Amino acid sequence: MLLREGEIRIPSGCAISGIMNKKGQVFSGEDIIKSIALMHDRSNGLGGGFAAYGIYPEYAEHYAFHMFYDDVTAKEDVEHFFHLNFVVDGSDRVPTRKVKGIGSGPEVWRYFVKPKEEKLSELELSEDDFVARLVFEINDTIPGAFVVSSGKNMGAFKAVGYPEDVGEYYKLEEYKAYIWTAHGRFPTNTPGWWGGAHPFTLLDWSIVHNGEISSYGANKRYLEMFGYKLALQTDTEAITYCFDLLLRQHKVPLEVAVTALAAPFWSDIARMPEDQREAVTAIRNLYGPLLLNGPFSIILGSRKGMMALNDRVKLRSLVAATKGDFLYVSSEESGIREICPDPDTVWAPKGGEPVIGLLEGEETL
Amino acid sequence: MSLDLLTPEFLIERDRNRCIDCQVCVRQCANEAHSFDAEEEKVVSKDEKCVACQRCVVMCPTHALSIRRFPLEFRENALWTGRTIKDIYKQAATGGILSTGMGNDKPYPIYWDHMLLNASQVTNPSIDPLREPMELKTFIGRKPEKLEFKEGKLITKLPPRMELDVPILFSAMSFGSISLNAHKSLARASQQEGTFWNTGEGGLHKDLYQYGGNTIVQVASGRFGVDPEYLNAGAAIEIKIGQGAKPGIGGHLPGEKVNWEVSETRMIPEGTDAISPAPHHDIYSIEDLHQLIFSLKEATNYKKPVGVKIAAVHNVAAIASGIARAGADFITIDGFRGGTGSAPLRTRDSVGIPIELALAAVDTRLRDEGIRGLVSIISASSIRNSSDVVKAIALGADAVYIGTAALISLGCHMCQKCNTGKCNWGIATQDPNLTKRLNPEIGAERAANLIRAWKHEIKEMLGGMGINALESLRGNRLMLRGVWLSDRDLNILGIKAAGE
Repeated sequence: MLLREGEIRIPSGCAISGIMNKKGQVFSGEDIIKSIALMHDRSNGLGGGFAAYGIYPEYAEHYAFHMFYDDVTAKEDVEHFFHLNFVVDGSDRVPTRKVKGIGSGPEVWRYFVKPKEEKLSELELSEDDFVARLVFEINDTIPGAFVVSSGKNMGAFKAVGYPEDVGEYYKLEEYKAYIWTAHGRFPTNTPGWWGGAHPFTLLDWSIVHNGEISSYGANKRYLEMFGYKLALQTDTEAITYCFDLLLRQHKVPLEVAVTALAAPFWSDIARMPEDQREAVTAIRNLYGPLLLNGPFSIILGSRKGMMALNDRVKLRSLVAATKGDFLYVSSEESGIREICPDPDTVWAPKGGEPVIGLLEGEETL
Repeated sequence: MSLDLLTPEFLIERDRNRCIDCQVCVRQCANEAHSFDAEEEKVVSKDEKCVACQRCVVMCPTHALSIRRFPLEFRENALWTGRTIKDIYKQAATGGILSTGMGNDKPYPIYWDHMLLNASQVTNPSIDPLREPMELKTFIGRKPEKLEFKEGKLITKLPPRMELDVPILFSAMSFGSISLNAHKSLARASQQEGTFWNTGEGGLHKDLYQYGGNTIVQVASGRFGVDPEYLNAGAAIEIKIGQGAKPGIGGHLPGEKVNWEVSETRMIPEGTDAISPAPHHDIYSIEDLHQLIFSLKEATNYKKPVGVKIAAVHNVAAIASGIARAGADFITIDGFRGGTGSAPLRTRDSVGIPIELALAAVDTRLRDEGIRGLVSIISASSIRNSSDVVKAIALGADAVYIGTAALISLGCHMCQKCNTGKCNWGIATQDPNLTKRLNPEIGAERAANLIRAWKHEIKEMLGGMGINALESLRGNRLMLRGVWLSDRDLNILGIKAAGE
């Protein structure tokens, strides 16, 4: 019998694409679908998905939970769990349409919630820490339930299928967001579980990722020391937690996180000015276990912007472009030119050199 | 004296057609297995004196000599083997403890040989170390839980640490157990290859203070050669609680090996036995160890990492956790196959556990407790080649110590007679006629060559796995698969079976 993702580690190749408007102006999902659809051959129909920021302005301060349910019991258990911990101010079935390329999948529901005050004071946790803990708990303890996304004013939409079919299935043309990221998956072996598709998310973080990380075992075991449970055994999940640990828990600057994950070579560090050399040496010394080794290109999304990053020797393709207030990143330049034929600038970022797009007024992701 | 019931262990075969009676073998053999019969005007040999060190075989200008196992075999018996019977003869003749040198040579399972490494195919590319950077830089020392930045500037100060260009250090071997020339060889090789050697418990000879930047000074229960100058001479300090070859007992150096130089370095009278107590007499508990660690840090102004070396024993994981919490900057775990200059045979062969299991258990335990990131682990014992190093690091070691392999690079032929002080290769001896056989310049070159060769091989294997920095292999047990191991073994090693 094929094992479900999480019970076995499945490597996969992929296509990724991302668009953001730096002024925070929202636009529909049509462009991102066109971009990822052009790179159809980079995926094999075994997973596609999107992350969108700014889609729930009416619930901007609520945690938006997107849920997969395999059965009614899972839904009942999760809703009971939600009512224990959250004030639930809205919930409905995520609208979908029948699409030829998308087979039967789980029930998809969404909830707009706020943590109960008494729970926060009882546990002495911040809202984010509390919600993150519950996300782990649901994925870990409630059979048949999976948290697709849990951030504010954002959501992830994913399924087994080609990404363009997934976009159609979820009616993404009806949503408006200021950041869209997309993913088409080419797993080498998968029983086809919707939860295993990208993007992977935690709170506001979403990751779409192309590559296979050779350091996975080292990354995983380091993250586990900080309480992360790597339920899916995917690189994407590990990368998300790497960022969450560094940026949210250890509160290091974004460039420090990038240095840890796609570290410069020692030969380059030796040539840095003393202050910088000392800092980078300390980062590699301490956060070496978080170095992502092997090929990857990723797009990290958050409410405040997005960042694209390659592994330090650029073993995966990644192209960036700008046009006016728009920033584009994609596995292939064609994925950008399909929707923006005449960009102001186009470049291929170097290995380990992040492309950072921040919303106006924001200083970090 | 009653009849010695022992038969020779080895047979010296001399090809009379080749032998020219030049007496090189006579002069080379400290065991006096060869002698010149003046009346007959020819060289003769005594099999019973031979230890199979191969010195005469290598030095004989006409290749007239070969050494074989003595063909006499006891009647077949799975329980009462020749070795078992001979041990009883020896003890019946002397009433003494059986003594031996080098590590456990019994056929216990060698877990290194039951673990196989991964390589990249298709889904991620392997990396070619001839064309791409491949980084082995390793730090040994304590680390804070996280880094803190203020206005983009690092404000966390990192504790002192050792920086290694390659994750291999030379293991503790004392001056006394091995010769000054052997120490010089290892010290120079360390400097050349950007790594460290360890003084062992016998102090640091005054000629070697110049290599302090690449030296780990050891503090053992006998405190031989320990004074403030010594503590501050090295780059790090290692407290030796135990040794894999003889867990639970202290080191001992027979008075015959204590010449004036050893005496001066160890700070003991010439010709006296140097017997280290089994425990440190100021460490009867973990809180005492905590005090010694901080006494040594005080003595060196918190400028050197202080580590603790323990033998791999049954409860090693919990002990290591205690040591990490007692403030050690690194923990050395020495497995039951670790070498020694001299150990009681029964202790060497029967006490302690395999390093592979101990290392995995310690790494897992420290991770379960969330403190693995704070301390470094050095794995010691039975590292025979570069793939053993890679496997140890994948199991969770930060670096490995090599002792026996280092001595073999200097010429040791593994005759296991270090305890006799008659090492014909000039390594485990203080006899000036023998020690001069080891030229420290050549020795340094050979030891450095070994490190360099392994470095190249490690890079090849890392690149094959699609990894270009060693930290991505550390504790990365997904790179290992077990063959011929029980579920229980796999579970302790934390690895999957091949095919999974």
